[in-house]
Amino acid sequence: MNRWLLWLPLALFGLFFGAVAVGLMMPKDNIIESKMIGKPMPAFALPAAIGQRPALSSADVSKGKPTLLNIFASWCVPCIAEAPQLLALHRAGVEINAIASRDTPEDIAIFLNRWGNPYTRIGTDTTSKVQLNLGSSGVPETFVIDGNGIIVYQHIGEIRQEDVAKLIELLEEAA
Amino acid sequence: MKRFLALVILCLSVPIAAQTGLPPAPYADRQLDDPGQEAAARDLMEELRCLKCQSQSIADSNAPMAGDMRSQVRERIAAGETPEAVRSWLIERYGNWVSYDPPIASAITWPLWIAPIILLFAALLLARGRFRKSKGSE
Repeated sequence: MNRWLLWLPLALFGLFFGAVAVGLMMPKDNIIESKMIGKPMPAFALPAAIGQRPALSSADVSKGKPTLLNIFASWCVPCIAEAPQLLALHRAGVEINAIASRDTPEDIAIFLNRWGNPYTRIGTDTTSKVQLNLGSSGVPETFVIDGNGIIVYQHIGEIRQEDVAKLIELLEEAA
Repeated sequence: MKRFLALVILCLSVPIAAQTGLPPAPYADRQLDDPGQEAAARDLMEELRCLKCQSQSIADSNAPMAGDMRSQVRERIAAGETPEAVRSWLIERYGNWVSYDPPIASAITWPLWIAPIILLFAALLLARGRFRKSKGSE
């Protein structure tokens, strides 16, 4: 019995070493998913971000038709990367509304002129209030919302080409 | 090496890209007029985790989003909400992750509370065994 106990510290050290090694090898995962998935869209009303598009409120995303809610910013580089995919979704007949995060009307207008404007409505969230209410932790993020205003899915990070089909599928399922 | 370099560049590029020209939210860096409320807000901010700089509290972080969170905390407390209500409002949205006060009754976080007690008892047992032995050998 005592002889086995002798090995206990080494075993504990091995365990500790293993745990640290695994922690070091594993890719860093710092994505924080929203816990609002499956819940109704929290009530909000944001003023229009630019003159050419109407303002956005929570009532606009529960009108019987599934929609996408894209959170973007002119200062966000990955938002440029996802612009072609958003335009493709728009051409496919998807209604995309947007929340502009911490942005100015001038910068948003320049951004949309340069990279395209797939949005039906754009609300401006200058103090991240609505973003925090949605459980969103950054830009870009895209929420799939069903016709009753229930959040079905959250896409964190830019939408890549391979993500478009999945989003369309989710929108069809939500219909 | 190339991969490592790419990783380094990637790590550096995020904070640079995440800057915004807008001023911080109204109460991000402004104290509440009521010192009691400010103290309560301050205590809560130290226990809330920044979504951008994930190892910092929102009281410590300079990320614009942390400023927005501080402003939300102060505005809500000024409106009469209790700190615990504000905390649970955030937990409802981000999960227990967002709080630096993990619950005891949770499948994942209970060992954080129990492990120190177990270790302390193990140490006491070990020490007792040692002292007894040394007495015996005298």
